[in-house]
Amino acid sequence: MNLTDLTITQVHQGLAKKEFSVLELCRVYLERIKNRDKEISAFLTVNEDLALSQAKKIDDLIYVGKKIPVLAGVPCAIKDNILVEEIRCTAASKILENYIASYDATVIKRLKEQGAVFLGKTNMDEFAMGSSTENSAFGPTKNPRDLSRVPGGSSGGSAAAVAGNLCCYALGSDTGGSIRLPASFCGAVGLKPTYGAVSRYGLIAFASSLDQIGPITKTAEDAKIVFDVISGKDKMDSTSVNPKSDPSTSSGSSRAKSRDEIRNPKQIQNLRIGVPREYFVKGIDPEVEKVIKGAIKKYEEMGAKIEEVSLPHTEYALSCYYIIAPSEASANLARYDAIRYGGIPEGPRPFCEKGGAYGAGKNKKLKIKDLFDYYLIAREEGFGAEVRRRIIIGAYTLSAGYYEAYYLKAQKVRTLISDDFEKVFRKVDVLMTPVSPFLPFKIGEKIEDPLSMYLVDVYTVSVNLAGLPALSLPVGKVGELPVGLQIIGKPFEEQKILNIGKHFKEM
Amino acid sequence: MISKKEVEHIAKLARIGLTSGEIEKFQKELSSILDYFEKLEEVDVSEAEPTSHSITRAIAKGEDTAAASLTTRALAKGGDEAAASLTTRAIASSTELENVTRKDEVRLNGASVDEAEKLLDLVPDKKNGYVKVRAILK
Repeated sequence: MNLTDLTITQVHQGLAKKEFSVLELCRVYLERIKNRDKEISAFLTVNEDLALSQAKKIDDLIYVGKKIPVLAGVPCAIKDNILVEEIRCTAASKILENYIASYDATVIKRLKEQGAVFLGKTNMDEFAMGSSTENSAFGPTKNPRDLSRVPGGSSGGSAAAVAGNLCCYALGSDTGGSIRLPASFCGAVGLKPTYGAVSRYGLIAFASSLDQIGPITKTAEDAKIVFDVISGKDKMDSTSVNPKSDPSTSSGSSRAKSRDEIRNPKQIQNLRIGVPREYFVKGIDPEVEKVIKGAIKKYEEMGAKIEEVSLPHTEYALSCYYIIAPSEASANLARYDAIRYGGIPEGPRPFCEKGGAYGAGKNKKLKIKDLFDYYLIAREEGFGAEVRRRIIIGAYTLSAGYYEAYYLKAQKVRTLISDDFEKVFRKVDVLMTPVSPFLPFKIGEKIEDPLSMYLVDVYTVSVNLAGLPALSLPVGKVGELPVGLQIIGKPFEEQKILNIGKHFKEM
Repeated sequence: MISKKEVEHIAKLARIGLTSGEIEKFQKELSSILDYFEKLEEVDVSEAEPTSHSITRAIAKGEDTAAASLTTRALAKGGDEAAASLTTRAIASSTELENVTRKDEVRLNGASVDEAEKLLDLVPDKKNGYVKVRAILK
């Protein structure tokens, strides 16, 4: 038995039966990270001491015969834009290179209450801006299925860590596809919850009306376990709400019940699946289309009713998103003034040697005239090219004279995009689409052309604009490269899309 | 096409330093991105209210999620702006949406001293427990 292959459920059973200890499991993972992560670069920080001390605590509980929660002792990884108290949190940015979190995010608090074990913090596109994890100030993460290719982004480190068996599960964040895309590219399961289902307290903000934290796991069943723990109303996030209670979700006894659901074929037989025609148009890789159509066909064979539907404003979603997200980002990232934390490093400019994204201040002699100058230099050197690009786009689309043409217009188009979903959800229960029109691409292939990188998100951004839940489910491969099916649900119907995801594995 | 001057101006407004080579690079990139946004001109939005946040009406009204309207603006539709903001507030109260603020008071218990120390530890330039800032007025 290879311990790093196990799912959350399997780890829990193994621990309960005392087949292995948490400490043993943890050491196997840390050893594997030491060896394998040299190639993948999924982790930015590995907290061995914390992980081992957490592991020991759970082992002690098991030793005295205590019944442990399902996530207790299960080693996980956390995207580096989610705060874990006393652990460095960089958002993969130079401006936060030495930032130590002073409190726990709500999701972390909830995981700690369960006895989770944190192996470390994972790489990402800087401030979650990107679709390939190449925008990290600390170097790109590689796709464990093919090291010459990107893992997707922005939660690329989290997805690569799960797919590369460097952790049992991980948390990511999704603003325009940042959980679903890397899950799809790496062959993992990723859940982007309904806006408001999971507290954002302690998540480094990118675009506050779109951001959501969610799980990246090996199976849909695991995603459900993690989601059930991290979701729910939190007084520290006024946009968080209590989802409709699902009788099978109360922790502890959830496993047996959710297994009943898997074996209940009725759920699929009565299912109405909408397939939006706008997601299968020119631009999609025909191989990807074949895999996705094949997966939808399998649900049809299980008795689901497939219906072609239309989301007519789909083609405007990307423009709409790339106005709204940078606008919000330009406001959110104004707080990085390098005065309360960060700062301008003294001496030679250490991260300007290679050129490229971090070549900004090459050979510059540092003369700071005044506060204004201090801001300019701190933010030039602290932020990478893509972050600065988006802050500038956002400042532009919000500026006097352009606000109505860009930002206000985008907000109105957002309404129409939400209306599209509302209309089709009167006819169907869920929607099925590809996660991305492309297979995982080569490292370096799109990084020089920002617009071509944005196009990778064409099938994922609408879901964030409308605030819906969506699952990215690995349903096939082209060669060695995984392809993810996107299952979009009605607001707060995470349980439904997760159950539908579980059925696929059973087939 | 966005001009060099505009790029410089916006970058300054956003407090972002750019090298001269970058100004040109950003000018090209931003222009192609803004050109792409022009696609939105095709959309008729005369009937649409702007959405700034997706808050579900289902939650607000306790309705079945199947009938969920995704955003506050759906309720505001057809009303004037004052009514719209009233509706938004009504939703806000029924979903218990409120700003999370801390009481404006000095906290003297031990925990807050720890908190203050943790925060001060992160400050790059400080003196006697104060954050040093460059002169704002000359």
